[in-house]
Amino acid sequence: MRKIVVGEGSCGIAAGAAKVYSALEPLAAGSGVELKITGCIGMCYLEPIVDVYDDDTLLQRLVLVNEKDAQRVMDAAKTADFSGVEDLKIKDEDKEFLSKQTRIALRNCGIVDPTDIKDYQRRGGYEALRKVLTTMSQDDVINVIKTSGLAGRGGAGFPTWFKWNAAKSSVSANGRKYLICNADEGDPGAFMDRAVIESDPHNLIEGMMIGAYAIGATEAVVYVRAEYPLAIVRLENAMKEARANGMLGKNIMGTDFSCDMRIKAGAGAFVCGEETALIESLEGKRGMPRLKPPFPAQAGYNLEPSNINNVETFANVPWILANGGEKFAAMGTEGSKGTKVFAVTGKVKKGGLVEVPMGMTLRDVIFGIAGGIKDDKQCKAVQMGGPSGGCIPYSMFDTVIDYKALGATGAIMGSGGMVVMDESTCMVGMAKFFLDFTTKESCGKCVPCRIGTKRLNEILTRIVNGNGKEGDIELLEELCLAVKDGSLCGLGQSAPNPALTTIRYFRDEYEAHIKDKKCPAHECTALLKYSIDPEKCKGCTLCAKKCPAKAIDGDVKKPHAIRQQDCIKCGQCYATCRFGAISVE
Amino acid sequence: MCECKLKKSDLSLLSGVLDEYAKVEGSLITILQKAQEIYGYLPIDVIYHIAEATGNSPAKVLGVATFYTQFRLQPIGKYLIMQCQGTACHVNGSERIAAAITEELGIRDGETTEDGLFTLSNVACLGCCSLSPVMMINGETYGTLTPEKTINILRELREKAEKEGQA
Repeated sequence: MRKIVVGEGSCGIAAGAAKVYSALEPLAAGSGVELKITGCIGMCYLEPIVDVYDDDTLLQRLVLVNEKDAQRVMDAAKTADFSGVEDLKIKDEDKEFLSKQTRIALRNCGIVDPTDIKDYQRRGGYEALRKVLTTMSQDDVINVIKTSGLAGRGGAGFPTWFKWNAAKSSVSANGRKYLICNADEGDPGAFMDRAVIESDPHNLIEGMMIGAYAIGATEAVVYVRAEYPLAIVRLENAMKEARANGMLGKNIMGTDFSCDMRIKAGAGAFVCGEETALIESLEGKRGMPRLKPPFPAQAGYNLEPSNINNVETFANVPWILANGGEKFAAMGTEGSKGTKVFAVTGKVKKGGLVEVPMGMTLRDVIFGIAGGIKDDKQCKAVQMGGPSGGCIPYSMFDTVIDYKALGATGAIMGSGGMVVMDESTCMVGMAKFFLDFTTKESCGKCVPCRIGTKRLNEILTRIVNGNGKEGDIELLEELCLAVKDGSLCGLGQSAPNPALTTIRYFRDEYEAHIKDKKCPAHECTALLKYSIDPEKCKGCTLCAKKCPAKAIDGDVKKPHAIRQQDCIKCGQCYATCRFGAISVE
Repeated sequence: MCECKLKKSDLSLLSGVLDEYAKVEGSLITILQKAQEIYGYLPIDVIYHIAEATGNSPAKVLGVATFYTQFRLQPIGKYLIMQCQGTACHVNGSERIAAAITEELGIRDGETTEDGLFTLSNVACLGCCSLSPVMMINGETYGTLTPEKTINILRELREKAEKEGQA
């Protein structure tokens, strides 16, 4: 049967996919062409994306589709003649975006209909769970995960089998044990967990049920960010379907194993990505981290044994159980096995979700897959790991994706955000941006984090405002180490990383701000100076008319000049001038 | 007594939620979320009411409500502008978008316009990084913003609201 499939992940919808779907709906009625949705294929830069299938064979992928194209798309789908939609056909170079990837966690994303369990089952879904429940012991499962080398994909990279084994071995006095999924994807610039839940929710459910069986959990909870409403709706629907089909609840698949699942919507606090803070939040309290030990495996949620893994970690589990731990471990490096999903964004040509085997270089991902820098500007650095991570300079792009190798740069693997920056991004400004974030998100429980991030932020703020003092860099470094050493949880311990890595690799930019009062990237407005070259100025008066501060003087057809004391440095004159007469430094 | 406490919210609207959750341990955040859905924000008398019904001190309930960014203690405008503060948006110029909103509407983060039409709220990453810079207004996402595009969107919404008001 002929099918039209519209990619309706959050990004796709934001780009207009729902409008495309609505435009196709009346055309599809009675046409013999089935209209379906799917999740996110990861090529966010080409959304909305519409695929035309004949049964399970992809005939044509159409990109950047507008609702106005609906009739053309429908005609092409009916006849399988795509000459009328030449302009929408995906280009070969864009096909490479997917063909260069290895997809395990994302294997169904953008292919299955997230609202239809049968689609997932048709691709082998829930077979791994059946195998586990009917033929394997708890230890068997944990051993397969151990062989696979799967490590926590939320950022820390802790071996998954070890956590599972600790939770399995832990005894609860009340017989209660919890399996918790951390879907509080808080790193700004990372959205793979949302994509997995929105696009392939049954994969998460299956992975979690396998984990629940392995540790002997009696209940599973998914803690989802409140900012992800669509993910919550899709997961709720998938849970209903799974329950109706015997994959969740009492006697799963007719076996003795019973476990149900529920969603807890977070309320917006970055620190709740830390596992003990997440537990506090689950209990309805302020999300402040606890001291460890006791570890969650001993006394977690409701003080019962609990195990917490990230969405992407669970998303790998069904594949590993279906294909064997060895096959997963065959990919990657000595210390990092399997694949990792990255959200590549910022100043790249092809932003989106990329899943690659560990061991690939940053250059392969950013230039090979994501197409390099927009407008062919000079690449400066990539920020990895969000507020807990750091900036890796372009000169080190041959670094391989590996927990240790990335850690050695001062950044971290993190949850997989890769924000790429070009020459126009100020690295001091970047550090300030993250410290601003951690200052606001610090829960306030321990002093080094609460006060330390604030002081770091203040120093960075005065540097970008042109008030930096001699010795500020050294002061920053000293304070960074104190915050790192003195903080209770991962938030504080890693909050100085953005400042430390930018000082390490871009010290000259800090010095330019402090000593010369200049921002080499021309981003820190307080340090900019706009001036008009009298030779080039034709006296067209356009800039003077545009200037919101009325800070430009000059007569018609005579060179103009900017009164520096009144200039608010908005840059409008610079953008307006047609003669290139205005310069900024 | 402070003036805000004199304001009377219709507490009966909350009885269904409290019947379901008040005695379930660990559900304070859920109750607050449902209350905010009902009232649009968390009026102070509602906070006191929840405290009493759940057996918590008002300080504890308020402590939770102020810890999480989702909860609001002030009413919001007809249109809630959630401006993304994510890294990708920052790199792609979200500050210029913020400046454009502030210039057009005269409000900053957390403030509401005098006519009660718009509230501006800075939010953590909305996860639409490839469309950055991004803002979300009443659930609809607007991407690849420029200051001009942002101002046009706001003006269109204002016109729409004015038309609705006349109708």
